[in-house]
Amino acid sequence: MEGLWHSLADPLRFAFMQRALLVAVAIGILCAVVGSYLLVQSLALLGDAISHSLLPGLAIAYLLDLNLFVGAFVAGVLSALLIQWIRSATPLKPDAAMGIVFSAFFALGILLITLIQRRARIDLNHFLFGNILGVSTADVLTVVGITVLVLGLVALFFKELTFYSFDPLGAKAAGLPTAGLGWGLMALTSLTLVASMKAVGVLLVLAMLITPPATAYLLVPRLHQVMLLGSLFGVSASLLGMYASYYLNVASGPAIVLVASAWFGLAFLARVIFGPS
Amino acid sequence: MKKPAISLPLRPAKGSLVVRDLTVRYGNLSVLQGISTEIRPGRLTGILGPNGAGKSTLLKALLGLVPKEGGEVRYGGQALRGEQVAYVPQRSAIDWSFPATVWDVVLMGQVRAAGWLRRIGPQGQQRAAQALERVGMWAYRNRPIGKLSGGQQQRVFLARALAQEAEIYALDEPFAGIDQPSEAILFQVLRELADAGHIVIVVHHDLGQALAYFDEVLLLNRVLIAQGSPQQVLQPQVLQRAYGRILPLDSAA
Repeated sequence: MEGLWHSLADPLRFAFMQRALLVAVAIGILCAVVGSYLLVQSLALLGDAISHSLLPGLAIAYLLDLNLFVGAFVAGVLSALLIQWIRSATPLKPDAAMGIVFSAFFALGILLITLIQRRARIDLNHFLFGNILGVSTADVLTVVGITVLVLGLVALFFKELTFYSFDPLGAKAAGLPTAGLGWGLMALTSLTLVASMKAVGVLLVLAMLITPPATAYLLVPRLHQVMLLGSLFGVSASLLGMYASYYLNVASGPAIVLVASAWFGLAFLARVIFGPS
Repeated sequence: MKKPAISLPLRPAKGSLVVRDLTVRYGNLSVLQGISTEIRPGRLTGILGPNGAGKSTLLKALLGLVPKEGGEVRYGGQALRGEQVAYVPQRSAIDWSFPATVWDVVLMGQVRAAGWLRRIGPQGQQRAAQALERVGMWAYRNRPIGKLSGGQQQRVFLARALAQEAEIYALDEPFAGIDQPSEAILFQVLRELADAGHIVIVVHHDLGQALAYFDEVLLLNRVLIAQGSPQQVLQPQVLQRAYGRILPLDSAA
């Protein structure tokens, strides 16, 4: 037992591990809370589409020497707008619109990054799969700032967002600005993905949005409980993934995602064996 | 929370819902054409017609939930405002696996009244509790909505509408596929709302029940075929114009 404690506490004397710890806790909570809304609105695929679309924003921001988070956020919002535009102006189904937009954005991102790599040494893998051990102090401040902002907004508008998520027509009839709530949720999703990309990478961040709340959804019956329990799964997954990345020298994204998937697997098996809660 | 006493304060309608030349299209498809009518308070008004007649669309267009191609809807001479309306969607439009209890859903009826950045206070909770009690669902308040029967789900939505303290109540197919006790409660509550001076509009598919339920019916098939008391409208010749064939009342569904 003491050995375990030691192996958990010992790495934390390094500043980079302390930074990683803060990011792990922040995104564990943030992704689970925002992901709960995506989960109940069947918008998992949209989360995936936006996350892939962050890549060209990152690359362009790097080229222009701008803030990477801002570049990624702009690209994420742009992709959501484009998807919505294609949906409303053509008879194409949402999944087709999403598939077209996110693969185009992602391809552009990869292309730009390979161009950048001809004259600068940047690791594409860090963008794709995350590197939680490599976050800077500025990154930590940004991630914690985004987390506080997004969680604060969700807390302030929880009852409206929930009404809208459950019954958009009923909410609209009651006079809520449903279009604004929908776009607000997209903006919060983009912010969440941007905050998480350094830790988990744009390819796998969807797992942090969906898997922890989905695990909680199998166990508890109310939305705020899904968010709280999902946060617990999310934080524990990102912490364990962080240690795995440290001790096993593997990319942090896959490690974090595999722990989250393991939690889901356990909850799923429990449900199969013991029946619904 | 202790069991609430039943006394639902009601806010009667300020006037009629006046519809002038309402037209709705989905893409190139004209769904409703040139609908003009007046829906008065104090009466249970049914919207009837065959499948695909545009009944649900009319209800949504009245409340501004779908874009209008032309025409206008006025309430008491003014545009309709959200806090005046309680809308109950078709049961099939709702995801019943949503993680919410009965209590969570009924409280949604108080979201608008509480206002932005405010919690739903004790008064709002009291109101929601009374509404639940009124539809006989107070005992189920902690149950997940997915674990209710269809009739119970419909009663919960009616309670949410009651909790909204609206002036206009608009329900889309509330009687479809529900058990007899739920149907009786639903009808009774709608009757009370109408008697208290509200506008109550119900999309309904069963012509036979319509005779007993409604004070006024609108017979619809893309255009407004007829409007009046059920006895006036539900005549074979009139129905033929809506359904394109003669059909006896008892087999119509």
